[in-house]
Amino acid sequence: MTAIERERSAKQEPVDTAYLDSVLERNREDPENLIMILQDVTARYNYLPKDALTYVTDRLNLPMSLIYGAATFYKAFSLTPRGKYVINVCLGTACHVRGGGRIMESLEEKLDISKGGTTEDMKFTLESVRCLGCCALGPVITVNEKAHGGLDRKKALKLVEQYEAEA
Amino acid sequence: MSKLQSQKDYEKLRGQLEKERDPERLLVSLCAGSGCGAYGTQEVREALEQEISKNGLKGKVEVKVTGCHGFCEQGPIMVIHPEGIFYPKVKPKDIPEIVSETIVNQKVIKDKLYKDPVSKKRISKEEDVPFYSRQHRIVLGNNGIIDPSKIDDYIAVDGYSALIKVLFSMSPEEVIAAVKTSGLRGRGGGGFPTGIKWETCRKVHGDTRYVMCNADEGDPGAYMDRSVLEGNPHSVLEGMIIGAYAIGSHHGFIYVRNEYPLAVKNIGIAIHQAEEYGLLGENILGSGFDFAVKISRGGGAFICGESTALMRSLEGKIGRPRAKYIHTVEKGYRDNPSTLNNVETWANVPVIINKGAEWYASLGTEKSKGTKVFSLVGKVRNTGLVEVPMGTPLRTIIYDIGGGIPKKRKFKAVQTGGPSGGCIPEDLLDMPVDYQSLAEVGSMMGSGGMIVMDQDTCMVDLARFFLEFLQEESCGQCIPCREGIKRLLEVLTDICAGNGKDGDIELLEELSGTVSKLSLCALGGTAPNPVMSTIRYFRKEYEAHIYDKKCPAGVCKELFHYEIDEEKCNGCHICFLRCPQEAISGEKKGPHTIDQEKCIKCSICYESCKLDAIAIK
Repeated sequence: MTAIERERSAKQEPVDTAYLDSVLERNREDPENLIMILQDVTARYNYLPKDALTYVTDRLNLPMSLIYGAATFYKAFSLTPRGKYVINVCLGTACHVRGGGRIMESLEEKLDISKGGTTEDMKFTLESVRCLGCCALGPVITVNEKAHGGLDRKKALKLVEQYEAEA
Repeated sequence: MSKLQSQKDYEKLRGQLEKERDPERLLVSLCAGSGCGAYGTQEVREALEQEISKNGLKGKVEVKVTGCHGFCEQGPIMVIHPEGIFYPKVKPKDIPEIVSETIVNQKVIKDKLYKDPVSKKRISKEEDVPFYSRQHRIVLGNNGIIDPSKIDDYIAVDGYSALIKVLFSMSPEEVIAAVKTSGLRGRGGGGFPTGIKWETCRKVHGDTRYVMCNADEGDPGAYMDRSVLEGNPHSVLEGMIIGAYAIGSHHGFIYVRNEYPLAVKNIGIAIHQAEEYGLLGENILGSGFDFAVKISRGGGAFICGESTALMRSLEGKIGRPRAKYIHTVEKGYRDNPSTLNNVETWANVPVIINKGAEWYASLGTEKSKGTKVFSLVGKVRNTGLVEVPMGTPLRTIIYDIGGGIPKKRKFKAVQTGGPSGGCIPEDLLDMPVDYQSLAEVGSMMGSGGMIVMDQDTCMVDLARFFLEFLQEESCGQCIPCREGIKRLLEVLTDICAGNGKDGDIELLEELSGTVSKLSLCALGGTAPNPVMSTIRYFRKEYEAHIYDKKCPAGVCKELFHYEIDEEKCNGCHICFLRCPQEAISGEKKGPHTIDQEKCIKCSICYESCKLDAIAIK
């Protein structure tokens, strides 16, 4: 499934206006807080749904092109649905030198997706991050913000299997 | 918490806190920085609190969860005061013994102590651990005894006393003069003299000025700022309030990168508590000076560490830099005069005010004063944060403090300055670490990342790695950077894949000159540095890739293969068992061989072999 197909097939739940209102209020409906507003929307939906963005642009009185620009410029945002578990493999210099690249390769192979992709069953999204600041633990990956360090190929694959086994 | 409304109120509180804190009391300090946190500090803490309860010691032993202690390789770290007994790599199952032996019976558990890898001796006190004893920790020094969620801990160690001195006995001009005399230079990478920056900003016409803290820390491998923000956030706040007073600003921002949730949390708590005490807000401590701070989170863009891009991002826009004909101290955030300084720079300010500018200027070298925190990472034994006076030799940092290279490998290079920096080879290891010396050898100080590499690192692949990073992070608005980095990357990718041609090195050199001279901002301007410095010191490695089609370090997969030396192999069978592709054959105690058709060069066998019997060919 392509990213667009995935988005179209994602359950079109009605926009959670109560949540979005609270986000906008918390950020004082100030367009300067756009990045933080988008982060709060991502926290709720795990990505930036088009309908939620339309609601936000109407309230902030901003053109959609501006939001699109921010959403595609900053790595924290995704315009397409992401998996239940977002795996971030650290590819910072220290982790690279300790074999981070090989961990990424083995996860790509295991999940049968490439970096940036999401599995068909929407369980895993595989992304990279350029340094989490836990260099002593390298190579490191995070799974939904939880850091796992001291990895090698075998441990990384085992970790993914553990998450796979969870419902 | 009642508001402090005067200098007297502050001194009364501080006196009270000092009285309450008996230096002889039993205190267990647990490191909960992001690193140790990931290693399991939370579970250790729960086990400790349970065991303390069980033994009826509640109220007699204080457990303090602190920020990053710095010796990250040895986490989770526990230090038991008042003696300062140092227990590294603590697990929940160690807790019962630690409580009964050390806390109750005051005996040290020998085999849980840190063993120095060089002297092989067990060391019981934190202050004697060579990693710490050889440092000079004026920024990180209090990380081990402050709970970052408790402002009282900071005040108890003289926190905010510098602010008192500034507000009640120094004029803004005197503050600026002190910072100038100290010789403090920006710790984020630019190294610009901080006092001059503040002075220039103060003189610009305008009613509204801003002070900002750059906590974007994008250089991969650098995490000094994270530790200061997580572990001692008030030191940064105090520095910012002092800076704001000096410049004449009443509004501040702290721009923290998205990837540091714990830092965001802790600085948020610190701001809230400072506001409650009246150390932030209107009429601070009755001095008549107002100052408020807001936190802004980044969206995951390396370029937003650049000053003009950061300010655009603060305005809710895309972080695209602008040309700096007009500096941000004159026109920055919303076109107002803005002073942006790095986390570590701000944290140095209270120290300078309290201990004096002359004292600060006595540390370091002629043109690089004070100390610098480095994140010593990569192929080094003692990974962690190292704070030393400027001018300390690289060899001291990597070997005496860092413990040298593990697994009997050989040092190859150390990379400083992040993606804008360069690599320094072995024959330059005795050089001093300061702004000038690093620039002279083709590298730079940067924010302080220091990545150590051994013989298994390919320098051509490393240059390629940095360019890949920079290409992703380039904002794309100027051609030299957008297109130039892309072409540099293409040439390097070809070289690593075995498609290098005669003339490629010269092409890289020519392209590098164009990209560095014509790019709009420092991302493009310094992008060629990793390429140029690796060509300068490791040209032979490039030539091996291009002419011999070989990767001597065993990284570029098309250019090497693994071969088992049958004479060295003793048939221990470990490689056979660990190979994920079943590409190794051989009987136990007999010689083994690798089937090159099946081998995917994952390096597991190479790293597992204890006899160095697997060669890179």
